[in-house]
Amino acid sequence: MTKEKDPAFVKYRRIVKRFGNVIAVDDVDIDIPEGSLVSLLGPSGCGKTTLLRMLAGLETPTEGDIFINGKRINDVPIHKRNLGMIFQNYALFPHKTIFDNVAFGLKYRGVSKEEMQERVYKALELVRLPGVENRKPSQLSGGQQQRIALARAIVIEPDVLLMDEPLSALDENLREAMRRELNNLQQEIGVTTIFVTHDQREALSMSDKVIVLKDGIKQQEGTPAEVYNHSANHFVADFLGHPNFLPVIVGEEQDDHMVVQLENGKTFLATPSTQFKRGEKAEIVVRAQKLKMAPRAEFHEDEGMNYLFGKVKDRSYMGGEVSYYVELEDMSTLHIISFVRRIPLERNDEVFIKLNPADCRLIKV
Amino acid sequence: MKQKTLRPWLLLSPSLTAVLLILVVPVCFVVVYSFWLRSPIGQDIPAFQFGNYGKFFADFFYPSLLIRTIRVALETVLLCLVMGYIPAYFFYKTESRFKPILMILVMLPFWISFIIRTLSWINILGDSGLINHVLLSIGLIDSPLSMLYNEGAVLMGLLQYLLPFMILNIYVSLDGIDKSLIEAAKNLGCTEWQAFKEITLPLSLPGVSAGCLLVFVLTCGTYLPPMILGGPGNDMIANLVFKRIITTLDWPFGCAISTILLALVGLIVFTYNKYMGINQVFKSLGG
Repeated sequence: MTKEKDPAFVKYRRIVKRFGNVIAVDDVDIDIPEGSLVSLLGPSGCGKTTLLRMLAGLETPTEGDIFINGKRINDVPIHKRNLGMIFQNYALFPHKTIFDNVAFGLKYRGVSKEEMQERVYKALELVRLPGVENRKPSQLSGGQQQRIALARAIVIEPDVLLMDEPLSALDENLREAMRRELNNLQQEIGVTTIFVTHDQREALSMSDKVIVLKDGIKQQEGTPAEVYNHSANHFVADFLGHPNFLPVIVGEEQDDHMVVQLENGKTFLATPSTQFKRGEKAEIVVRAQKLKMAPRAEFHEDEGMNYLFGKVKDRSYMGGEVSYYVELEDMSTLHIISFVRRIPLERNDEVFIKLNPADCRLIKV
Repeated sequence: MKQKTLRPWLLLSPSLTAVLLILVVPVCFVVVYSFWLRSPIGQDIPAFQFGNYGKFFADFFYPSLLIRTIRVALETVLLCLVMGYIPAYFFYKTESRFKPILMILVMLPFWISFIIRTLSWINILGDSGLINHVLLSIGLIDSPLSMLYNEGAVLMGLLQYLLPFMILNIYVSLDGIDKSLIEAAKNLGCTEWQAFKEITLPLSLPGVSAGCLLVFVLTCGTYLPPMILGGPGNDMIANLVFKRIITTLDWPFGCAISTILLALVGLIVFTYNKYMGINQVFKSLGG
């Protein structure tokens, strides 16, 4: 038997979903490897939840096919798909005890009483909430309810675990802790997981792969580092946080880099993300954390670096780092995040900014 | 400190006054009157004696009316429940844009006088009413079916009066159910029907319970449908009160019957409440 194993455990093929005249998902292909955690990231209305709900069977695709483990599941009814789902509001059954909530899926799988008990207690231990089985959901805190929802979803040993913004109802501190916990648990049980979120930090910190969506169209997919450092377009760069955009006109190639001209006439070196034609209008995107800044008095030029000059307009102290807004000579502003310096820069300090061409990604407008 | 404990009562005082004046005081009058003596010349004599109550229980005729009232009320509750749950569930499920119009249709009967609505059944069920007219003219029957002046007609009248109460109560309760609960149940392996049994039905019980209580209490006190649509054997306890007070002008006895009804219904509501919980009822009524 040399049957080639398909690396994609879950496959979306040419999925289109229309609600009346509205196109929620537009011709999307997704491959999800077995055992990985994949995030669907995008603003509200980008189609991420619809994609998840189509896999769960709560929506039917207008066009296209969905496969789990090589089997087309379009026509499999919801209750026959072995998928664990965690809802945004947890959707715990308020009239049932925690035990009955967690055991619910097992009951419909014809599991024996003894096995049911054993598995429920094991699941409760796994989410670190043993001993709550006789309580009602309303007697638990938000974070605890979240864990019960998780226990209920994993106790059935689902083929895929689906999470629809599971952390959005929790407060900031709890969310951070829960995020790590979810991650650890997912790795421990190794279940293929699809995670829907609009929070780029959540997506970047948790996922093996991030899929960025906008208006039902897939914008980019890749590892967190790929989508963050090599954003495919303006939207992705913008959505993943702290970008600076510099409009440029493309010049010629020079080694691995591209010579481009800024609006103020300066020439820059940038790393192209794709093919560009000479004279084409494009954009440099550079993350606020990648910019180096120093007082203008200390200026010295390094070979092959890009430089800008400006004045600190605004700064806000954020504990370990400082966020600066620097006004350039052409009156545009740059956002810079840097570590706290020994001598902090003050408002109206003259500064120079060093940009490494490797951090200056040239993207299409 | 004292002022603080007083404040909620002050806020409640207008409604408390209203309840006191239009509900508690008249009921007290009725209870007090039930102990009075009736005099043939028309001027009832203030007294404290149980003769009126004795009269009620002396003859099985009177208690039998009470038993019939309870039975008819239970039948009405059952009918309203079965016929009310289905439309309520439909309203909960439907995404039709006609839903608001359909909801208004449920409430439409409230805009028409109860008497008119009850009388109109005569035009439908009567010997020369709509149904008989149609059946006769298409030759399905030779002589008119007698559908009026029996318990069926009374139940019909009660049903059309009380059904909206049941529908709205159940609907409010259903509408409060988070639809993701049903999705979660199906995701965990339930079919549509199993999800209904496991989730929807139990979570709609507060509304069912409120609706049943309301229909039961309202049926116990109603006298129009039996009066207009019922035959001589279909009188309910409220008809008896009506006749004693309006027809025979026997106020003390009428008041005694009222008091007995009040006590019995009160006892039933109290017991019901103990097992179903009035909080649930309020939750449902308040949405």
